[in-house]
Amino acid sequence: MHLHKLLLEEANNIHYQILMPSTNTSGTIFAIKRYALHDGPDLRVTVFLKGCPLSCLWCHNPEGMRPGTQILSLPDRCVGCGECLTACPQGALSAGPASVRRDAGACTACGTCAETCPALAHEALGRSWTVAEVMAEIEKELPFFEGSQGGVTFSGGEPLAQPDFLEALLAACVRLGVHRAVDTSGFATAETALRIARHTDLFLFDLKHMDPAAHRRATGVDNAPILANLRLLAEAGARVQLRLPLIPGFNDGDENIRQTGLLAASLPGVHGIDVLPYHATAKGKYAKLGLPYPGADIPAADPQQTERAAEILRNCGLTVRIGG
Amino acid sequence: MNDRIDRLRRESFETEPSISIERALLETAFYRENYGKHSLPVLRALVFKDLCEKKTLWLGDGELIVGERGPRPKCVPTFPELTCHSAEDLRVLNSRPMTRYHVSEEDIAAYEREVIPYWTGRSMRDRVFSQVPDEWRAAYESGLFTEFMEQRAPGHTALDGTIYSTGMLDFKTRIADRLARLDYLHDPLASDRAEQLRAMDIACDAAIVFAERHADLAWDKAKTEADPVRKAELTRIAEVCRRVPAHAPRNFWEALQMYWFVHLGTITELNGWDAMTPGHLDQHLAPFYERGLADGTLTREKAKELLCCLWIKVNNHPAPPKVGVTAKESGTYNDFTNINLGGLRRDGSDGVSDVSYLILEVVDELRLLQPQTSVHVSQKTPDAFLKAAARVIKNGYGYPSVFNTDAVVMEQIRVGKTVEDAREGGCSGCIETGAFGKEAYILTGYLNVPKVLELALNDGRDQLTGRQIGPNTGDPLAFANFDDLYGAFTRQLEWVVDLKVRVNNYIERMYAAHSPAPFLSTVIHDCIENGLDYYNGGPRYNTNYIQCCGIGTVTDSLSAIKTHVFDTAAVPMDRLLSSLRANFDGAEALRLKLWNKTPFFGNDDDRADDIMRRVYDSLFTAIDGRPNTKGTAYHLNMLSTTCHVYFGKMLGASANGRLAHLPESDGTSPSHGADRNGPTAVVKSLSKMDQIKSGGTLLNQRFLPDVLKSDQDLDKLCRLIRTYFRLNGHHIQFNVVDTETLRHAQANPDEYRNLLVRVAGYSDYFVDLDLDHQEEIIRRTEQEMA
Repeated sequence: MHLHKLLLEEANNIHYQILMPSTNTSGTIFAIKRYALHDGPDLRVTVFLKGCPLSCLWCHNPEGMRPGTQILSLPDRCVGCGECLTACPQGALSAGPASVRRDAGACTACGTCAETCPALAHEALGRSWTVAEVMAEIEKELPFFEGSQGGVTFSGGEPLAQPDFLEALLAACVRLGVHRAVDTSGFATAETALRIARHTDLFLFDLKHMDPAAHRRATGVDNAPILANLRLLAEAGARVQLRLPLIPGFNDGDENIRQTGLLAASLPGVHGIDVLPYHATAKGKYAKLGLPYPGADIPAADPQQTERAAEILRNCGLTVRIGG
Repeated sequence: MNDRIDRLRRESFETEPSISIERALLETAFYRENYGKHSLPVLRALVFKDLCEKKTLWLGDGELIVGERGPRPKCVPTFPELTCHSAEDLRVLNSRPMTRYHVSEEDIAAYEREVIPYWTGRSMRDRVFSQVPDEWRAAYESGLFTEFMEQRAPGHTALDGTIYSTGMLDFKTRIADRLARLDYLHDPLASDRAEQLRAMDIACDAAIVFAERHADLAWDKAKTEADPVRKAELTRIAEVCRRVPAHAPRNFWEALQMYWFVHLGTITELNGWDAMTPGHLDQHLAPFYERGLADGTLTREKAKELLCCLWIKVNNHPAPPKVGVTAKESGTYNDFTNINLGGLRRDGSDGVSDVSYLILEVVDELRLLQPQTSVHVSQKTPDAFLKAAARVIKNGYGYPSVFNTDAVVMEQIRVGKTVEDAREGGCSGCIETGAFGKEAYILTGYLNVPKVLELALNDGRDQLTGRQIGPNTGDPLAFANFDDLYGAFTRQLEWVVDLKVRVNNYIERMYAAHSPAPFLSTVIHDCIENGLDYYNGGPRYNTNYIQCCGIGTVTDSLSAIKTHVFDTAAVPMDRLLSSLRANFDGAEALRLKLWNKTPFFGNDDDRADDIMRRVYDSLFTAIDGRPNTKGTAYHLNMLSTTCHVYFGKMLGASANGRLAHLPESDGTSPSHGADRNGPTAVVKSLSKMDQIKSGGTLLNQRFLPDVLKSDQDLDKLCRLIRTYFRLNGHHIQFNVVDTETLRHAQANPDEYRNLLVRVAGYSDYFVDLDLDHQEEIIRRTEQEMA
């Protein structure tokens, strides 16, 4: 038996006794979504951890890219009441011609303005949560999980980028007996991947490109650790659901699809792959963040191309779901 | 759908509603001639018989199930003995843009000549309004409550399986037996009972006459019919109408016609609210269906065709339009025939059968306004059936709605019904719980709960008019804490419930004395045995419901005051009150603070949900167990139908940041836009209400089609429903349609004539709703998934 598998099993046997998750551990979260339908089996609550080492051109959660809290101003909503001006502890806000002006140097992103503003014209993207606070939200959803595979999905951002927080959350979920999924790019150290795998029932694992150079161009990072972690997890006996975000003009070439299929088929315990056709649905989010949309040049998904990719993957012996 | 059904359906759909004055003319002539000669029950039975003998019959081409209340489909009679339309009402109905009812100038002239003069001062409505106290009138006019019995008779009638084993001749035998057992020596009511029983006997004869006339008509048509297939059908119709309702039905066809004659009888006799439903129709028909398939006299296709014919018949019967102030405003109205599928049988076994699935197919294919269909889900209901229902829900006509049988049974056992009677019960109208075939469960009117809070914030004055309506419960500026405010709220509540019940009890006795319903009484247990009318405590169970509206709005308003005025003291009470009175003019920042920075109901947030529970308990305490006139009690119901729009119009700006005149929250749903955490959070909030102590709650959820695309999505919807029901939720229903579609429908009504949406406990055609209701449907939170 493979060494990692032994490690994992041993860990599974003992972690009920030894894990006293620290409920004081904290991390940054930018959203908790209930009744999530597409983040794993049955009904899910999805917890989005903030911060990601990748910067994919098509990222559909740009608000989750940067670690830590960001303050967003939405001047259209401002009603000019001035409450934020007096509330700001740093005095970083001043009255502008149409709305409020923020002194970026003085602002510490403490979020007081967002808490104060009646019109929601300041928005805090992400805030620090303790494990106990997150668990209180998850526990509210427990009745919907009973008798099913429903449970929690940790997504992001990149959840593995906050390993201590994620591990503490997963351990707390183990104690609740809730199904746990981690939606990841796989970009982390091997040590982190294995540590997280001990408490994870299912990885939703994105495979973006097989070619290191292409991967680096579109995501900003090398794919070597991703591919290594994928094999490590699969061989350690972790359950992995592969997902291929199909980005027109980037990774939908026949050769890349074939390479992806061959890799997937070679992994123990992996029998299928989900193909996720590209949608430009995040465009509005970029605008709200005041960022240019880096995926502006990506053409719309072509159903024929999607089907072609699916066919290549099927020929590699994989079960293919479109969407998922 | 075969050609016959396609044609009948199209005719039913395309025929515009009209008004027939035939019933009014016959009845007025009868009253002129006979009033004072008989006891009231006997007079009412004779009127009913006179109508059955004389009314114009209709037997349309291709019909298999026969009988119309009016002279032709969608032609509605009036009920001047209850409420007499003025010539002005009729003209408004004939000319209003939404759901117009055709009525000719000639008929209006005849109405003015023959009908109106007789009933002026004699109709139930006139008599009721001549007697009510000024205090009640002021509260009523300010929109604090509505009164059901000023427009239609008490109703809410659903049947159990009795009529499928008992013909009118059998009822007559029971009546004769009961008459023979009357104890004139010891029972002071014996002669009253005798009059009631004689009236029931006459009503049975009337129903038989009505069927015989249809048999004769079918027979005459058969004689001259050239097409041999149709000739055979007409002959069969004649045979069926000779058999039922005089005798119990022997087969599927007769069973459906039996029900339809009884249905027609009750809605011809009087115009009751939520007039009639067969209740658990799938359970009633299952034995006939199985026997027919077994002996080869019925096929699945034939059964489906006959069911379609019944469905179209129900759809042919819009309700008589209202009178007076509401004639202009009220859009479509129907008799709220709510057919229950699934559920439990009397013995506690699962009620789902092949007929349940067959009816789901009928519902899915016909897409009609009426009848409504609901699926009833117990722990024993197979997932396959719920999933089959979800596939119909997904298509987005707003039905079937979904009910929790286990909760419905518990609700009834709580108020003292036997477990068997409770299982045979279900939900009729919108969401109202009752023991089918054995109970008069009367809706008495809606209560505007946010308006009660408005009174408490204005020392009993109407915020919109300044008129003193309620008692003085203190200057809010003197309230030291939230409990002081809440105490004023409960004192206003006690006062208004007192007022409502006092007048309702009086109205109820008016109906018992002046407007008995002997035909309806015949088919409801135990009116014959008790020798008492349906309106006079005759049924085995008698319940009065007061329907409380706006729990979302009132909870959120209280939460806002608690948070901002008392807890953080960021908003002084005088500033809040002056802003409310000014409809937030110049106070937009305050309005937004209240709207955006308050814990609201529907988010699984205990800070708000605890307030909801407190309000719900206060409503329960104020209403539950108050004696009615039948020796039983009032109970709480949590339903708004469309009244939250009217109540909203009558409500000033509220402390949750809602502007004056906008709709309140509907049913037990959260305020529109207040629920921001998705449907599971809504369901969790709702589950904190002890719904078992009510006679029904109503939860609307709007889903966009995207959310219900795949088979797995439907499984997830079913899980949401099952979980809500495990948490004792009573009811949930879904609108599956996107905003774009609705906007497009508003702009191009002709393209969307058959776009059905869930309005309250029923579905309606979106383009027939007035603008307020359309906007309200659009505003209902979209449970949209990113």
